[in-house]
Amino acid sequence: MFDLTLLSLSPPGWGATLLCGFLNSVTLAAGGYLIGLVIGIGGALGKLSDNAFLRELCDIYTTAVRAVPELVLILVLYYAGTDALNQLLTVLGFASVDISGLAAGILVIGVVQGAYSTEVLRGAILAIPHGQVETAKAYGMSPLLTLRRVTLPAMLPFALPGLSNLWLIATKDTALLAVVGFGELTLATKQAAGTTKDYLLFYTAAAAMYLCLTLLSNLVIKLIDRRATRGLAVMHA
Amino acid sequence: MLSTNTLPAVSSGPTVRSVKPFAPIRYALVIAIVCLAVYFGRWDWIGDYWMRLANGIGVTLLLLVSSCVLGFALALPLGVVQATGPRLLAWPARAFCTVIRGTPLLLQLWMLYYGLGAVFAQFPEIRASIFWPVLRTAWPYGLVALVLSFAGYAGEIMRGAFAGVPKGELEAAYTFGMNRRTAFFRIWLPRAVQRALPTLTGETILQLKSTPLVATVTVIDVFAVISKVRQDTYLTYEPLILLASLYIILTITLTRLLRIFEARAIRR
Repeated sequence: MFDLTLLSLSPPGWGATLLCGFLNSVTLAAGGYLIGLVIGIGGALGKLSDNAFLRELCDIYTTAVRAVPELVLILVLYYAGTDALNQLLTVLGFASVDISGLAAGILVIGVVQGAYSTEVLRGAILAIPHGQVETAKAYGMSPLLTLRRVTLPAMLPFALPGLSNLWLIATKDTALLAVVGFGELTLATKQAAGTTKDYLLFYTAAAAMYLCLTLLSNLVIKLIDRRATRGLAVMHA
Repeated sequence: MLSTNTLPAVSSGPTVRSVKPFAPIRYALVIAIVCLAVYFGRWDWIGDYWMRLANGIGVTLLLLVSSCVLGFALALPLGVVQATGPRLLAWPARAFCTVIRGTPLLLQLWMLYYGLGAVFAQFPEIRASIFWPVLRTAWPYGLVALVLSFAGYAGEIMRGAFAGVPKGELEAAYTFGMNRRTAFFRIWLPRAVQRALPTLTGETILQLKSTPLVATVTVIDVFAVISKVRQDTYLTYEPLILLASLYIILTITLTRLLRIFEARAIRR
């Protein structure tokens, strides 16, 4: 039923195109996830800070991003965002830059992920037994040292379920960049299928690739989870 | 997409404050954005498009409601067979949920529309059948993709909910002389739905945010109308600002409605 030679790596097979798209998807997901984590740590600390203005700002960011569909956000950030950046650069007297699709894509996924990881990390930081942070203060640790040595490691077991969920979402959100014409796996699949008219073959192959990524991630997540929660009997109960 | 993970409730100390909206800043910002957008933006196109926009919002809401209702109806058997069913049924249900949750919705949608659509077109029997006028249009594929996606995620939620109903409650039902059918409809199902309700309402909001994907297969929802505006007017900012605002309003309204519904359902 399927002409599997179409999946071979060398032309006339489209295997190389699909693999290339798959690598792009993974790069996008990984880059966006990392940027999201950085934004998330900042956002969580901002939401828990004493400054009312900062708290409000972070809250507006997470509320707005989580209320708008990812597809719309991608259009907004991809088209309006790059245009606004270039206009700003022109006003400031710099030459306008041509932002590569990959960089813009990673940034877009990062901004979306940042809002969700802010919420996950905020919850996790709140779950740390308060005495631990107070002990760090009592030992005279500076806020940054407390963050690095106590808060971040101690919240990790609480944040892991949410964070692993976010990674799985990031891998699937990369598909949305196909709509703005970025050559990740879903768009590569559409092109291959449209050219060869062998639609089901290519879509099944792409689905299998995404599924492998998810299942492999689940395996790694289980290992990380086991390591991070070692000695914490409550977490598995 | 995002299922809520319950974090273990650990005492959180005395100095923790909840994030309360600091109202003055929020309202000032909203008013400022609206004023700036109205003053600097070009909005003359709204006159030509407002009918289509209203139609598009209707299509979006219709897709949301129908896909959630149908998807939930499909999720119930998926959850039941995974929680207790015979292995012959549990395994395919589990595989279905894994595949749906493991692949992007956009890929599923395109697979149905381009893939299955092309397969259908190859068979003269289907082309000659009375269903063809419907099958040539895009919306059945969009609706089916949304329904399957919701069923996949909600099925996983319901599996946990069915398995989480305390055994004692079911045993009590049997002791009262209920047969399996009565016990299922009077005790097991209502208790499972009650437990899963907060997660299910969250899933409904995520579903609203998935609906614009159907615009990529030419279903004319509100996202597609705005895309048309962007093509016709070459405006970068205004249509996208309007679209984002519309979705924010829809999401906030839906969240409020679901919260009221949830409070009522749990009180009962």
